[in-house]
Amino acid sequence: MKERRFVRELLESKQRVLALSFVVGVVFLFLVIRLWHLQILNADDYHAMSENNRLRFVPVAASRGDILDRTGTVLVSNRPSFSLAVIPQEVKDKEALLTLLSDLLGLDRAEMAERWEKSKGRAKYYPIVLASNITRDHVEIVEENRLRLPGIEIEMKPVREYASSQLAAHLLGYIGEVSEKELDLTGFEDYNPGDYVGKNGIERALEKELHGGDGGRQLEVDARGRVLRTVSESYPTVGNSVILTIDAAVQKQAEHAFGDQAGAAVAMDVTNGEILAFVSNPGFDPSLFSGKLPADVWQGYLDDKRHPLENKALSGQYPPGSTFKMITALAGLQDNIINESTSINCSGSYDLGTSTFRCWNKNGHGTTNLRKSLRESCDVFYYQLGEKMGVDKIAAAARAFKLGSPLGVELLNEKSGLIPTTEWKLKRFGKRWFHGETLPVAIGQGAVILTPIQLASMTATIANDGTIFRPHLVKRIVDTDGKTLRETKAEIIGTASFPKESFRLVKQGMLDVVNAPGGTGGAARQYDVKVAGKTGTSQVIKMGGSKKSTAYQFRDHALFVAFAPFEKPEIAVAVVIEHGEHGGASAAPIAGRILRAYFDGKKPARKNAAAPSQEEDEDTDEPDEKRGPTVMKVPRTNGDAVHD
Amino acid sequence: MIDRRLLTNIDWVLAGLVLTVCLLGILNIYSATTPYKIVGTAYYIKQLYWMLVGMVISLLVCSLDYHIIEDLSYWFYGLLVLLLLAVLIVGKRSMGATRWLNLGFFTIQPSELMKLVVIVTFARYFNNFQGVGGLTVRDVLIPLSLLALPAALIMKQPDLGTATLIILIALSMIMYVGLRWSTIVTFVCVTIPMTWVGWTFLLHPYQKNRILDFLNPERSRLGSGYHIIQSKIAVGSGGLTGKGFVKGTQSQLRFLPEQHTDFAFSVFAEEWGFIGCLLLIILYLSLVLWGLNIARRCNDRFGGLLAVGVTSMLFWHIVINMGMVIGLFPVVGVPLPFFSYGGTSMITSMVGIGLLQNISMRRFMF
Repeated sequence: MKERRFVRELLESKQRVLALSFVVGVVFLFLVIRLWHLQILNADDYHAMSENNRLRFVPVAASRGDILDRTGTVLVSNRPSFSLAVIPQEVKDKEALLTLLSDLLGLDRAEMAERWEKSKGRAKYYPIVLASNITRDHVEIVEENRLRLPGIEIEMKPVREYASSQLAAHLLGYIGEVSEKELDLTGFEDYNPGDYVGKNGIERALEKELHGGDGGRQLEVDARGRVLRTVSESYPTVGNSVILTIDAAVQKQAEHAFGDQAGAAVAMDVTNGEILAFVSNPGFDPSLFSGKLPADVWQGYLDDKRHPLENKALSGQYPPGSTFKMITALAGLQDNIINESTSINCSGSYDLGTSTFRCWNKNGHGTTNLRKSLRESCDVFYYQLGEKMGVDKIAAAARAFKLGSPLGVELLNEKSGLIPTTEWKLKRFGKRWFHGETLPVAIGQGAVILTPIQLASMTATIANDGTIFRPHLVKRIVDTDGKTLRETKAEIIGTASFPKESFRLVKQGMLDVVNAPGGTGGAARQYDVKVAGKTGTSQVIKMGGSKKSTAYQFRDHALFVAFAPFEKPEIAVAVVIEHGEHGGASAAPIAGRILRAYFDGKKPARKNAAAPSQEEDEDTDEPDEKRGPTVMKVPRTNGDAVHD
Repeated sequence: MIDRRLLTNIDWVLAGLVLTVCLLGILNIYSATTPYKIVGTAYYIKQLYWMLVGMVISLLVCSLDYHIIEDLSYWFYGLLVLLLLAVLIVGKRSMGATRWLNLGFFTIQPSELMKLVVIVTFARYFNNFQGVGGLTVRDVLIPLSLLALPAALIMKQPDLGTATLIILIALSMIMYVGLRWSTIVTFVCVTIPMTWVGWTFLLHPYQKNRILDFLNPERSRLGSGYHIIQSKIAVGSGGLTGKGFVKGTQSQLRFLPEQHTDFAFSVFAEEWGFIGCLLLIILYLSLVLWGLNIARRCNDRFGGLLAVGVTSMLFWHIVINMGMVIGLFPVVGVPLPFFSYGGTSMITSMVGIGLLQNISMRRFMF
């Protein structure tokens, strides 16, 4: 029985082999028919094409998508630019052509020769760009001398145009020719040498959206380079536009406020994590980077000790100084080491073992409770609190705020900051944590470092009573017709769970910082909204001998964080002035101007024709000994530029 | 281990066909690489070495009794799946895909080996399978899952060409075993709505784009559509008798992409014309039919399955490559066996030939 079945199987499969053979024969017959079609029926056409026609390839570069702010103001768009290209197969005498070109156009011969040499090995009908961004005069000269320049053609490419030369340069980034290294990466399969890609900032992070797809025409030309017909054509697809969460008006005011000072500022919508302003100062001119950057400009950027090319808001890491005291305070309240009424006596310094830890105020703050400790930024209060609590409890509170790791903003290379713990020190240095090291951490010194984005997020989280939104820069992606393709939704990435009462106490202290007599942050005060904030001054290096070293790079960093309105927070701001010395004096006024720009921008919606002059009266009238001369130093130009 | 009597049974038709195609291939590679600036050993010399290495490996394969291979087949399968996983984790990146695995002393491409292992695994599975009147739906579920795992891993690399080939080889073997009509109908009824649902609801737009790009490269890439036009001009301009050896203008001016590897046939078609192409196609057709003939003559079910599998592997490579060169199929990186330059393809195909020899030589044992 089984034997019979086996035989039957075998017979069946033998028949099927015959059937398969038949199928194979039919398929091969198709191949032959197709070859007959190509090689016999259409042989003459193809033969003619291969003989006397030269196929020429004209790439049509896709227009990159625009970048706009939240209100629809265009920040980056495109304008046409011309480049000079050569089709190698149509050139008989390369050297003579190069000489002629440099004579006619005054272009650098060696540089053109080098570009030509670099593109060797590619198909000979593919144009090589010899010079980009040539002038209209050059284009005319080439057209006039067409006949003497066989194989030369003019390509039109869109290039980036920046609405305002340096506005948000670090955020927007710049584009440049794709590098050989990039061409090897995944996601770059469709790129050709000479294509432009985002190198930095939004241009880089959203390259996939912005780039679009290049098109091209395959033209048949005769021996003289005259176009006979288009063999095939593919149209470029325009890249998508990116609408940022940034408010250009606020951004502009923020950058103005910095003047020459180096530093960073981040302003964030407390209710959803949208970043409204993203400043890294000094800026640079992104349009210079898409062409050949002049050597002196490049050297200038490198030599500037304020590091204009560094994106300080994203990757600058600073000791938060006293702006960290809110975290320490929340940890202490959580742990019941302090409560609202706990007070200590500040004599101006605190001794632990053989070391003396100084309060910034040598004269001491006297009897100090939590509220006063924030208002006047008393260090001794936090030394004692930190000593009782230990570093790991402070770190736990900081981690609850998602500090010490990147928050996930869209840009590349976001830094993580650092929140030290005993475990971290053991791992990093192989040494145990000394109790004395906790004290500087409690006031945001020591190994603690945070980025400006983290500082803004921390402040927003306090304003939110613990809800942490992912900070983001992209509001939506739209196609060329303005249709929304993707929209970033507010994303809660965590919750800093502390009792509401703790938040209330900390926020009360922050309100006093700006509004109460004796508060260190009076310079950020506004006449129409209640601002709550905290100053910070952080030491750049461990002071050796002379504390009075005035060399720029040894001066303290100045910080200020704030949110407003106090009752129903909308916006959080963090400002860092590198080597700005005093948070209250140099960072707080800038935060104040950012808040001013934000609330002025909202005014037309609330009530038309608000009187900007009124603001000046109220603001400057404040009697506040702490602020003193600083207020005067800041140029007051708010009123005019903000209306839109 | 080597039985002298077996060697006298060598299938000279098979050996002769393969050798002829190989030599034509080497000649063609010589012509195709003339315009190249060559550093070191010339391509055609290297291809000659690969051919010799391939023949030695082929001899080794046919000296083993293929029933040993049957015993080991599932172990091969397991090992290859692990290697494919390893590729995804620690593989070597090149041209945007991860296909190579560095074993220290040399690098291997597990997806290429998987073609052979799928053949062996399917042969073993269906050999143990007793069923008359064709496979039911239930019968094909296990082999389809055996296929889906490596196919998915290879697609992830991403290497859609190889994944497609593996699927085609496996389907050819299933067709050979035979399907019930009810099975075919069921699959059509299940696949079409599933594809529709997947396409409409499950895939992200970018994934759809990728698939459309694969099916129709002209859609997005300039390059591929370009290649096809250039290749068609080369083939068509060859005419009846061709332009002559090393005289193809398209290839000598380097209009063609990959002209010594995937597009080698278009150089040949330009220089040897329709007559040359016809000769090559007849050689390939004979090779495939001879492979099927070996399957038919074999009285052992496992041997028959193995022979059909290997033959279908060669068949699909030939059809897809030639179809691409003459503009019938989209551009996918599939080489022409024994003809395109490349060691990996040569070795894989030669192992396949070794298996066919093996089966052919032992046909009298049953």
